[in-house]
Amino acid sequence: MGIFASLIKKEALHIVRDRRTMLLTLLMPLALLLLFGFAISTEVNNVRVVVAADRHSGVERGVIERLRANEYFTFEGLVAPTDVEAILRGGGADAALVMVEREGAVRTQLIVDASNPVMGRSAAAYLSEVAAGAADTPLITTTLYNPQMKSSYNFVPGIMGMIFILICAIMTSVSIVSEKENGTMNLLLVSPVKPGMVIFGKLVPYFILSCAILAVMLGVAYSLLDIPFSESAIWVVALSLLYIVLSLSVGLLVSTLVDTQVSALVVSAMLFMLPVVMLSGMIFPIENMPLPLQWISGIIPARWYIAAMRKLMIQQLDPGGIWLESVILFAMTAVVLGVAIAKSGLKRS
Amino acid sequence: MNIRILKALLKKELLLMRRNPFIPKMILAMPVMVMLLLPLVANLDVSKVNVAVVDNDKGMLSRRMVADIDAAGELSVIGVSESFGYGMMLVEKGEADVLLTIPEGFERGILVGDTPKLDLRANGVNATKGMLGSQYAGSSAAATISRYLKGMGMAAETTGPSVVNLFNPTLDFRYFMIPALMVVLIIIICGFLPTLNLVSEKESGTIEAMNVTPVGKFAFVLSKLIPFWAVGLLVVSVGMLVGWLVYGLAPTGSVGLIYLAAVLFALAMSGLGVTIANKSATMLQSIFVMFACIMVFQLMSGLFTPIDSMPEWARVVTYAIPPRYFNEIMRAVYLKGAGSADLAFDFAALGGFAILFCLTAAATYRKQS
Amino acid sequence: MPVNEPIIIADRLTKRFGDFTAVDNISFEVYPGEIFGFLGANGAGKTTAMKMLCGLSRPSAGKAVIVGHDAAADSEGVKRSIGYMSQRFTLYSSLTVGENLELFGSVYGMTAEEFARRRDLLCGELGLDGKLGAMAGSLPPGWRQKLAFAAATIHNPRVLFLDEPTGGVDPVGRRGFWELICKAASEGMTVFVTTHYLDEAEYCDRVSIMVDGKIEALDTPASLKSSLGVSTMDEVFRRVAASASRADN
Repeated sequence: MGIFASLIKKEALHIVRDRRTMLLTLLMPLALLLLFGFAISTEVNNVRVVVAADRHSGVERGVIERLRANEYFTFEGLVAPTDVEAILRGGGADAALVMVEREGAVRTQLIVDASNPVMGRSAAAYLSEVAAGAADTPLITTTLYNPQMKSSYNFVPGIMGMIFILICAIMTSVSIVSEKENGTMNLLLVSPVKPGMVIFGKLVPYFILSCAILAVMLGVAYSLLDIPFSESAIWVVALSLLYIVLSLSVGLLVSTLVDTQVSALVVSAMLFMLPVVMLSGMIFPIENMPLPLQWISGIIPARWYIAAMRKLMIQQLDPGGIWLESVILFAMTAVVLGVAIAKSGLKRS
Repeated sequence: MNIRILKALLKKELLLMRRNPFIPKMILAMPVMVMLLLPLVANLDVSKVNVAVVDNDKGMLSRRMVADIDAAGELSVIGVSESFGYGMMLVEKGEADVLLTIPEGFERGILVGDTPKLDLRANGVNATKGMLGSQYAGSSAAATISRYLKGMGMAAETTGPSVVNLFNPTLDFRYFMIPALMVVLIIIICGFLPTLNLVSEKESGTIEAMNVTPVGKFAFVLSKLIPFWAVGLLVVSVGMLVGWLVYGLAPTGSVGLIYLAAVLFALAMSGLGVTIANKSATMLQSIFVMFACIMVFQLMSGLFTPIDSMPEWARVVTYAIPPRYFNEIMRAVYLKGAGSADLAFDFAALGGFAILFCLTAAATYRKQS
Repeated sequence: MPVNEPIIIADRLTKRFGDFTAVDNISFEVYPGEIFGFLGANGAGKTTAMKMLCGLSRPSAGKAVIVGHDAAADSEGVKRSIGYMSQRFTLYSSLTVGENLELFGSVYGMTAEEFARRRDLLCGELGLDGKLGAMAGSLPPGWRQKLAFAAATIHNPRVLFLDEPTGGVDPVGRRGFWELICKAASEGMTVFVTTHYLDEAEYCDRVSIMVDGKIEALDTPASLKSSLGVSTMDEVFRRVAASASRADN
């Protein structure tokens, strides 16, 4: 145990000494969470609109009033119908409500900048309502799970899925590989310490670091970002710990496959970061992808972690609702860890 | 600055780049892969909303409503039942995005002039989808009711305004993403490569051999930046080619403007990369700093999420983020055919950042410790 | 004893890293054409001192003048007049021998003819002729040493700084390498060389012995031996360095 403790101490010192990296690993998750929580949203909640009318009939005044009163719109001014396209092209507005009088009746046309289709669709949908006026709609609309419609809710699990891969996989693989590069790994391996012990001693400090990050992120999510706190939090923590172990195993596996720090970084970044960001459903919904890519996303651990986290944190489902995700994550951990241990054991001879 | 020295250094950089086992492959393969795959993946569009209906009325009107919803292009009905519990289960499992409940006696209520209410519940896990989905379902239901009332001779049919989708008439989300993906590519390639290059020179000690020679600061830093003009141009060319051949999207505006913006942006990114490398002691450190920058750049520049949706303070912050301008230029030129007059501000800002980052790169490079 | 002006002047040169004083107030002069040996245990401060002389590291206090240029104020002037070979192999391993030499030649502003003449001469002396097309990284250690030497002297510098040039080279190789150094000195190059191989000190015109950041002895090898009444440099070193507290072993 003495040897093991000193191995852990050595690695912990190594992490703590590099102040800047240490600070970054703690601050980056925080910054990303806050950015996603407060700055970024995928939904469209501010459409800049110009109104164009060829004759001032008074109809447009009512429309402008309604636009001004609606929180989704910023009214950018009254313009001539002929200028509309140039204004949209120059980025001066996102949509135009054009009213032209034809055969005595006022015809309304919506011209939207559809270069962003979501923006275009949303602008058209909201504007049609405003143009139609306060008609008596026979609808009561409620939003389940996320009543304020904050997209941050959707992002929080995604960021957690990404951060752990980043911290665990990249940091451990680079740290192990740099020991290989410096030759200190051989020094440890020829010592009487068992190779399994050496590897385990390297993983423990990163596991602790990841737990600290998990605590920070969950703290922010439950307090600042107003994600509802309930007994599902226990399952959130349990599943996150499993995911951390999985990410550490991935880092270990990478370290057995490459020999230089640069290749460890490139492999971790290219093979893990990009797919995690793009294919895990973190930003882009999986159901929008073509089928073959949906299958590929199935082998990305973050996909299952993120899906389970969403169910637990946002929908507040019972643990029964995430059994599939849990089983898959368990199986992945077992396989990756097994292969990584087998591979690193071979290197001794 | 000595041009001959710069030439010798550039020759060295190009030779090293060419002989690196993975960089040439990455410069070519990454744009191709990203441009081929990501337009299929990076899709935030709400083009198909699944609706579950709980029909407690079971009248003609409710059947028409269901048929109309299913017929709408953006909507599809995945289940009709009489049990609210079953409908909620579909929502919980994530199969339905919107749950429409038609109360008992709805049709009768409409006919006698009451205003009975439909109950529409949107799954807010994906906020955009929930919001747009309930809009679509709501307006489809309202249209059905209005048509029904007209058929009964009780009211005039009201039609909504016609909609013109400028610049992307087919509402293809891939067209929106293709120009942005080139931004992502230049951010990653021109940001990471110079950082890795310089830090590995530090770690292998070759930079010391250079520092003890009379090689000028500017010449040395420029020799690190200039290859990335070429890389930036290459990446954009590959991107445009794939966009055109595979997705049939060619720039509406001037290709020259795109190249100009790409060179300025590549310069800004590589200047930033060199600055970070100058300030970092280890490879891990430089990568983490670069990674943090790249994440902020990708998220805050309007690539994936609209800048207009950000709160005021965040919108102000985006002015300090170079890819914001490049992204705006790329999309405006590509999709809207905007010209230099429309984009003068963005070009000026991008040029300013390119100069600023190159100067910081040179200023932070220390030949003496 | 040389009578002309010193080509290297170190005047109370000091380098501190935080609380740690790596080089503590050292002063000495080196004259043109000399082979000046800089001895010391690992960690004595040899490399740090040399980096200050080369303008790679800024002195915390004191002054160094090399070929008339102040190493702090005019480090670029220093760099034009010197050649430097570090103890690690710091040439580009994926450039060929010829490409590495050409890079350094151009960096020192040599014209194409000058460079070609000098390259052929050096390569002839070093036996590198047949290896111009080989990747630097694929060379065995002895050849790398020769290549590094060639790169450091390609521009025929007034002063050549060698930081433990023979580390990791076998005894025969070391001997050959010192022959190169002596030849360069005989052609008028001033050589400033650090080493911890004490037998190599015998090749130097004068040696200084650094202990814990300070220069504890400085003279010709012969006078050092006779003043201490010993017969080898090894014993000289053991006597002088007896007080060392910083040595790493």
